[in-house]
Amino acid sequence: MALKIVKGSIDRMFDKNLQDLVRGIRNHKEDEAKYISTCIDEIKQELKQDNIAVKANAVCKLTYLQMLGYDVSWAAFNIVEVMSSSKFTYKRIGYLAASQCFHESTDVIMLTTNQIRKDLSSPNQYDTGVALTGLSCFVTPDLARDLANDIMTLMSHTKPYIRKKAVLIMYKVFLKYPESLRPAFPRLKEKLEDPDPGVQSAAVNVICELARRNPKNYLSLAPLFFKLMTSSTNNWVLIKIIKLFGALTPLEPRLGKKLIEPLTNLIHSTSAMSLLYECVNTVIAVLISLSSGMPNHSASIQLCVQKLRILIEDSDQNLKYLGLLAMSKILKTHPKSVQSHKDLILQCLDDKDESIRLRALDLLYGMVSKKNLMEIVKKLMLHVDKAEGTTYRDELLTKIIDICSQSNYQYITNFEWYISILVELTRLEGTRHGHLIASQMLDVAIRVKAIRAFAVAQMATLLDNAHLLTGNTQRNGICEVLYAAAWICGEFSEHLENPLQTLEAMLRPKVATLPGHIQAVYVQNAAKLFATVLRSQEGNTDSTTAQETSQLMIDRLPLFVQSANLEVQERASCILQLVKYIQKLQQKDVEVAEEVSALFAGELNPVAPKAQKKVPVPEGLDLDAWINEPPSESESEDEKPKAIFTKEEPKHSRPRHTEVDEKELARRREARKQEQANNPFYIKASPSSQKVYQETPGVEHIPVVQIDLSVPLKVPGLPMSDQYVKLEEERRQKERAEKKKKEKKKRKEKRSGRGKKHDSGPESEEDITPAHMVDIVTEEMPENALPSDDDDKDPNDPHKALDIDLDKPLADSEKLPVRSHRPTEAPKSPAEDGDTESAAPQEPKKKSSKEKKEKKKDKDKDRKKSKEEKKKKKHKHEEGGEDLLGGQPDEPVVQSEEPNEEVALPTSTSAEVSDLDFWLSNAPVPSNSQEAATVAAAAPIPQAASGAAPDSEPDEPKDTEVETKSSKHKKKKQKKEKEEKEKKKKKKHHHHHHHSDGGGEESVQNGTVEEEEPLPPMSNYCLLAENSYIKMMMEDADQVCDIQGNLQDGSQVVVSVIFENKCNSFLKSMEFNVLDSLNSKLQRPEGAGPHDGLTVPFQLPPGVSNEARFVFTVQSIVMPQKLKGTLTFIVKNEDSSTHEKLDFKLHFTCTSYLITTPCYSDAFAKLLESGDLKGSSVRLEGVNMPFHHLLARICFHHHFSVVERIDSCASMYSRSIQGHHVCLLVKTADQTVSIDAKCDEPSLLGNVLDEIKQTFSQC
Amino acid sequence: MIKAILIFNNHGKPRLSKFYEHYSEDTEQQIIRETFHLVSKRDENVCNFLEGGMLIGGSDNKLIYRHYATLYFVFCVDSSESELGILDLIQVFVETLDKCFENVCELDLIFHVDKVHNILAEMVMGGMVLETNMNEIITQVDAQNKMEKSEAGIAGAPARAVSAVKNMNLPEMPRNINIGDISIKVPNLPSFK
Repeated sequence: MALKIVKGSIDRMFDKNLQDLVRGIRNHKEDEAKYISTCIDEIKQELKQDNIAVKANAVCKLTYLQMLGYDVSWAAFNIVEVMSSSKFTYKRIGYLAASQCFHESTDVIMLTTNQIRKDLSSPNQYDTGVALTGLSCFVTPDLARDLANDIMTLMSHTKPYIRKKAVLIMYKVFLKYPESLRPAFPRLKEKLEDPDPGVQSAAVNVICELARRNPKNYLSLAPLFFKLMTSSTNNWVLIKIIKLFGALTPLEPRLGKKLIEPLTNLIHSTSAMSLLYECVNTVIAVLISLSSGMPNHSASIQLCVQKLRILIEDSDQNLKYLGLLAMSKILKTHPKSVQSHKDLILQCLDDKDESIRLRALDLLYGMVSKKNLMEIVKKLMLHVDKAEGTTYRDELLTKIIDICSQSNYQYITNFEWYISILVELTRLEGTRHGHLIASQMLDVAIRVKAIRAFAVAQMATLLDNAHLLTGNTQRNGICEVLYAAAWICGEFSEHLENPLQTLEAMLRPKVATLPGHIQAVYVQNAAKLFATVLRSQEGNTDSTTAQETSQLMIDRLPLFVQSANLEVQERASCILQLVKYIQKLQQKDVEVAEEVSALFAGELNPVAPKAQKKVPVPEGLDLDAWINEPPSESESEDEKPKAIFTKEEPKHSRPRHTEVDEKELARRREARKQEQANNPFYIKASPSSQKVYQETPGVEHIPVVQIDLSVPLKVPGLPMSDQYVKLEEERRQKERAEKKKKEKKKRKEKRSGRGKKHDSGPESEEDITPAHMVDIVTEEMPENALPSDDDDKDPNDPHKALDIDLDKPLADSEKLPVRSHRPTEAPKSPAEDGDTESAAPQEPKKKSSKEKKEKKKDKDKDRKKSKEEKKKKKHKHEEGGEDLLGGQPDEPVVQSEEPNEEVALPTSTSAEVSDLDFWLSNAPVPSNSQEAATVAAAAPIPQAASGAAPDSEPDEPKDTEVETKSSKHKKKKQKKEKEEKEKKKKKKHHHHHHHSDGGGEESVQNGTVEEEEPLPPMSNYCLLAENSYIKMMMEDADQVCDIQGNLQDGSQVVVSVIFENKCNSFLKSMEFNVLDSLNSKLQRPEGAGPHDGLTVPFQLPPGVSNEARFVFTVQSIVMPQKLKGTLTFIVKNEDSSTHEKLDFKLHFTCTSYLITTPCYSDAFAKLLESGDLKGSSVRLEGVNMPFHHLLARICFHHHFSVVERIDSCASMYSRSIQGHHVCLLVKTADQTVSIDAKCDEPSLLGNVLDEIKQTFSQC
Repeated sequence: MIKAILIFNNHGKPRLSKFYEHYSEDTEQQIIRETFHLVSKRDENVCNFLEGGMLIGGSDNKLIYRHYATLYFVFCVDSSESELGILDLIQVFVETLDKCFENVCELDLIFHVDKVHNILAEMVMGGMVLETNMNEIITQVDAQNKMEKSEAGIAGAPARAVSAVKNMNLPEMPRNINIGDISIKVPNLPSFK
């Protein structure tokens, strides 16, 4: 026996193994294909041998060949053989091969079921592991159904290695066999709290993947995930959870409110960029889901934008890219906050990385305003010139058009400029977007009446220079614009200066080389021009011009009659005959102009693209009903056509069952579509009915203002958009000057006694008036159009099947099929499986003896039923929610119209829902639900409970009376405090957390649900100064510091100040000034004196807050210091404006000179060992907060980062802007916290420690 | 979800391809070619994300790649994955390869693609991230290799000897094409635990 094995292996060693194969292929570079085919022949021989080792070797080589693109499916059976080897080595080769080339239609897969099951239950964990890995790649619905139960058992395996693999593979099983989701879910949920972090991470992974597709089913898990988020330290898990929350918040706004604080804290404390980025992303998602404009969240937005700015400014291109990506999400809801970073984004447009430029382009979309549109577009046009012949240029082109046309051309003040831009764009070679430019030209010319004359002139020039556009056949993308040009010139020919010349241009022989649909438009519009020429010559005694024109038509049109394009041919021959007839009349001196122009009379109205879709179906019309009953098969065929053609057919009717064969129908349909597409009257492909040639009275009523003549109408040659920029500039200046004059006059009248004032505030949006008034005709919509826009989901999405209610209790029928061992029963099981498959998914819990009968019923019926039940259920949930929350309107539950006649639902589910509601609602609400009541009893007194209220109160009318009262009370208190502070001349500038009166208690209230308290909210903004007009909040010394430069004098501190307008008037001309001290100076622009103030770069409408940043230069940072400052501003009412002043004191703590700097533990240890640092320590008594809160506070308020944390001991690190290292060792025991600190600058350390002490003495 | 993991060299030769969705061999080759085309024309100092790998999935998907000396490591992922996280994962993968092959170079991947697959299987399973801890991955890989050795036992000895002889007279097996910067830590991404 042993001899045989040795002999076999000796044979084997002369076979080629994988390495030999690879080597061989590398040595046969010239005839690789031939060499491989001989190898495949060898492999085929090897596979025929009995020796499993030889087979495994062959399969191993096949796997390699598969990677090179060779089909190896013919060896599928041999792969199965190798998989079933008892040796791990071969098994692994077999499974690898299977995972690389098996798929659902591989038929031998069904042979593997038993083998896989055997491997899954193998005592060797690696056999199991390899089987799971392989299965994850080729699982089929059959395998999933047969093995689901085995895998579920493995989820509770003793070895974490198996557990985590089993958990992960369940996702694949769910996808293939959705019925397994409900029975397996409880165990999956259990695994979220598995002691092994790997298993936990796998479970999070699976649930996140599931929830991403059907988020609403997983809302009930939110509290669990919330807990994980606050407790987990694994960044992978955190990222997944945070991403999941991003998907859940749109469904449940209350969740978002709860999330925002812990997320903000994470943003401040984490050093991992990936985590920071995901946090910012989710915060953005939360803010989007919350109704916008909530004042409380402006800080969060600011934080996000600020962090993103740091990312974008980073030298790492990846961070830059992601920063821009996230910025574009903010842009949708909070364009204002992004706009302030316009400089940065414009800068990114010059980046060498195309991905980054594209992202920056996306952002530009939201940056534009009336004021800067021209400037931005000018910049883009420069880029267009530079980016010759790339896809990036096409992208630029579409962006320019997008930007200009957005929200109904809202930002365009001068349409002549826009037309010139469009015309300039036509000079791009080889762009694919000719049709886009064309449709813009059409749209503008049709909808902006005032511009028509100018547009027509430009289009005529275009037509004249058509050879420039069509010179090269490769550039035909752009010739689409001729389509628009021809149509505009024809339709609005009354504005043409010289119609005859244009007509001549349109009938040049070269036109015949254009695509058919453009020629067709040419021909049609030539006829229109012809009509115009005739009319202009009418009454002219000399009729030669008119007759010459007719002759021109007759000479040129035959070219088009010969066109291969049917449309062109048809129109041309029709018009040709018409012109010939007209010529005859002309020779008889008959006046024809009137009649000819009647052919093209009438005004075209723009029609909304969706207009047709929105025409409501008239009552009583069933579009799905047969107009004629389909004939039965037996009926004689000759009778049918009669019945069909005698009746009038309404539009929209379904294609009927007629004699006309399908081909013919398709052809006709195609032809009709073609025709519609080629017909310029079908604007934007919206067919028929709306384009009626009639005098619409509405159009005439709209006053069309005369065009301002200061702008020259005629631009020689092709227009240059640049000159408009200049003109616009001048115009605006003129306007501004006039305005100033007026204002000055006013002011003089009002208070002549006051001193000089500067009026240099930036021009606001409202100040800009369009160059000439344009009435943008809105698109027509049918009367009583339906408002709904339904976007259907992809019906083929495999995740649709996983949209399963997971809160319902399991029914017996849903248990996963367990294969029995007795062969006699085996035949039965597939049938049973089939049954469960059809009946299982959403079978309600209530089951009686009818159950079995029901099972056999039609699948469809069952589904419908379960849907109904679901609906009812939801209805129920909603009711439950109402009970708890007192009928809130924002409860995101689908309204069900079904009457609620069902019996009471299983209590467990409603309890779960109420749990979630309870967890989400910010305060306990008196309720008749027993459960909630008990929890409420456990919760602290209302005073404490209302803690969270100030945060949510303004926009939540739902909160109960008790709560609002108490929160009002709180508010009053707050106000008093503020007043007191003011009286004390704002001596206190320490960290006054404007949230802090909430957080701590909130977590207590949540304590019923969670074991570990979430972090209380924190904010670094403290009140700087306040009066009846304005409130200033300051974030002391942001972390943006310039330390790159000279460490001695290059130290800067950036102070962010939020200005909030509290009064009802407009605040403008704000000026921020600080009295410099020896040590710290406010950085002023060059040329400004040491006592000049800085203008705050924005104005504040009532109720709005905005943030400005000021840079200070600091010399010594070892001591805290105070700076006196003043803010002056003008309060502007409708009729008057007053000058106001507010004093404040800036307090620079030593903490504010620290920058959060991550530090690795080894570097930290080295630092401590170096002996350069001097120590100091402090003890804090009576600190009554969890250790992680404590750490978070230190991190947040004092800019430290945690290096390492072991139980109740942590090392922390931070660095000053001048490069001092500060190391802390924080220990806690029985409410006593001891902090040992080391720093190379003792006085700085002493001050920092004092400040830490102060922070904790305040809370 | 990770849709596919591809490794190819500077000339587009595939060194490993793992698709978590089924495609025909031809499509797979096409995807590799196109991905190479997209990735290879990018400069060294541009960002590591690419949109528009239209062949796999569509708009939801991104290509995230890293370039080490002669090799490109490309992950095609959908929006549920964190971009920076995947970049880290690639780094973990390469570092693991470096440990397992002792100073990995392209030749290791060429001749031992099966081993690379086995290592990858301990990190990513069916398109989902299984393990990110390098030590854990190496432990499991080593344990399996040990098992393989014990199974080969005496019988495997002659084959190993022959293989060693075959490798001996191969001048084409230089080990100096080292992946130079492979052990360099990623600057901005503190690695995951």
